[in-house]
Amino acid sequence: MRPSHEVGIAGYGAYVPRLRVRTADIAAVWQARGAAAPAVAEKSVPGLDEDVVTMAIEAARTALDRSGMETGAIGAVWVGTESKPYAVKPSATIVAEALGITPHVVAADLEFACKAGSEAMQAAVAFVGSRMVEGALAIGMDAAQSKPGDALESTAGCGGAAYLFADAADALAVVEASVSHVTDTPDFFRREAAHYPEHGGRFTGEPSYFRHTLAASRTLLAEVGREAAEFAHAVFHQPVPKFVERVAAELGFTRQQIRTGLVGLRMGNAYAGSSLLGLAAVLDVAAPGDRIFFCSYGSGAGSDAFCFRVTERIAARRRGPTVVEYLDRRRLVDGYGHYLRLRGKIRGA
Amino acid sequence: MREVFIIGAGQTRVGERWDLGLRDLGAAAIRAALDDAGLETVDALVAGNMLGGALNGQESLGALLADAAGILPAEAWKVEAACASGAAAVRAAALSVAAGVHDVAVAVGVEKMTDAVSDRVSAGLATAADGDYEASHGLSFVALSALLMRRYMHETGAAREDFAPFAVSAHRNAAANENAMFRDPISAEDYAQSPLVASPIGVFDAAPVCDGAAAVVICARERLQTHHRAVRIAAAAAATDTIGLAHRADLLTLGAARRSAEKAFAASGFAPQDCDLFEAHDAFTIITALSLEACGFAPRGEALERAARGCFGRGGCIPLSTCGGLKARGHPVGASGAYQIVEATAQLRREAGPNQVPGARVALTQSIGGHGSIAVTHLLEA
Repeated sequence: MRPSHEVGIAGYGAYVPRLRVRTADIAAVWQARGAAAPAVAEKSVPGLDEDVVTMAIEAARTALDRSGMETGAIGAVWVGTESKPYAVKPSATIVAEALGITPHVVAADLEFACKAGSEAMQAAVAFVGSRMVEGALAIGMDAAQSKPGDALESTAGCGGAAYLFADAADALAVVEASVSHVTDTPDFFRREAAHYPEHGGRFTGEPSYFRHTLAASRTLLAEVGREAAEFAHAVFHQPVPKFVERVAAELGFTRQQIRTGLVGLRMGNAYAGSSLLGLAAVLDVAAPGDRIFFCSYGSGAGSDAFCFRVTERIAARRRGPTVVEYLDRRRLVDGYGHYLRLRGKIRGA
Repeated sequence: MREVFIIGAGQTRVGERWDLGLRDLGAAAIRAALDDAGLETVDALVAGNMLGGALNGQESLGALLADAAGILPAEAWKVEAACASGAAAVRAAALSVAAGVHDVAVAVGVEKMTDAVSDRVSAGLATAADGDYEASHGLSFVALSALLMRRYMHETGAAREDFAPFAVSAHRNAAANENAMFRDPISAEDYAQSPLVASPIGVFDAAPVCDGAAAVVICARERLQTHHRAVRIAAAAAATDTIGLAHRADLLTLGAARRSAEKAFAASGFAPQDCDLFEAHDAFTIITALSLEACGFAPRGEALERAARGCFGRGGCIPLSTCGGLKARGHPVGASGAYQIVEATAQLRREAGPNQVPGARVALTQSIGGHGSIAVTHLLEA
């Protein structure tokens, strides 16, 4: 897919909370004797004063600041998340209000499991590319949910990124093309009034993550007529690092190409924020002319793949905290009990 | 009663078959068996299945599979005997031919387990236990097996690790079976380090949840043709025991397994020492041990000691689960009994490839439902 007018990223910003829990502390409580070693050593945890809204505002402020755009030029804001503080009531209006871009703005929360953030990117490209608005803000952010004791608890992290899309003439990275690939595949879901999501075990792998990620990626590569080797970086959704390594290998990307974007290794899987954070980490270091391959995955299920080309404006836009700085800024929580309190998992508290 | 023969065998690859449903799996195995027999259709179909109603929302598998396999309007119905459903289907089809009601019948065992979340699968499997006195109190199928294993260890002094040879041997055999689910060999050390499911049962003691279907075509002697590579069903026998464990006089004697084996040996004139291979119901390593003892391949309490001596490996006194068994080929529950018979047929036809037991002439298969509440034993002769 390509918009009628060329669109790009004018500014971007990331956010990852400071707190971390060691996955070994989680495994010790659940006594998973002999189970496979945790996929990541630690994962990010929201503090008592952090949620999807506060984190989205923080990331969006960095994006706005980097873009240099006037707030009045922003005509749309979407927050893609599966952990919005209100079940009914938009997070996007709080974010828009805090950024000072209300009231003449399209605003909504999007839900597509871990693909909600890239869904917002597709919408932003369309709004800007059709010149309905000058700037559109797409945010993917999660304080990822997982049931205590479930396998997901050892990876479900917290954080995300915001992207301000605008005309390509002012972009630090231009959108060359995108595709979306969805089917009705119920690999992971949370029913109305359920506390935690459920998943289909290994069904989340082959017929879900791999099938959609590979299909969307291959379709986009064919559409832009490029080989994996022509990209400086590749970013994928990161449920666990080994999933990313496998899709990269199947598509012909090297470990070197995925290394920068694989932020999940240090903070777990931030669900709707995961691939968007990886992209932000890549933009932190990319050089003008670099091509970036991006493919999200969301359960339910589908993938959005994007091809970006970095412009010479990138260096001048690198103000504010980098993803690596957020990852380095870390403090361990005081064990699993403290983690449970922070995540609101202690009943009756 | 007429003599009956297996003239066609078919199977699907066992595994997490995300792309295939109950009807696809069943029809594929039936068509493969009919192709093998060189037939377009049959007089009757018997489908063995345990969880179609509980997990797939599908009963009336006779009509479903007769339609899907293109053999309408053949007589068709489902038989259910928990994990022994596939073997019960073969026995039922063989009975109908032996009785002279049908000349040619096909039996299929089919199970589609991976479309349901694991809690539902566990609840479904627990329906093979005593609903009033076991399952409703929270005893899962694995937990009941764990109680048996714990009792066996208590009475014999065996350690958990002593059960390892069954799992190691099954995985080694599955490596050469292209239809098997787990084709990676494991070591005794892997077994020892595997996570516990329900102590003392670990992951490598237990057969996997999976999908699959296997089928055999059965006919009377007068319908045999030279191209059939026929295998004779020398005996088929079934027996039952208490559905729950609480009322067993001896927990470590699987009465149904023993009686069905005794009946099969008596009917065929064969004895345990005449068998060249044994396809056992190795859903859990403890059940392997108890089944071996029930069939006369080891005295009570001595199966592990014989396993340690290599008695049940390739080239041992009685090669066991030669294509990987339930443990490593996979255990699509209502299909497993049919898989055993398809694999034993391959052995007797000398078509078992790297797993071929040299000179195999007589094969024993035993499929066990519940924790020994029902057992179906077949003796096949080349």
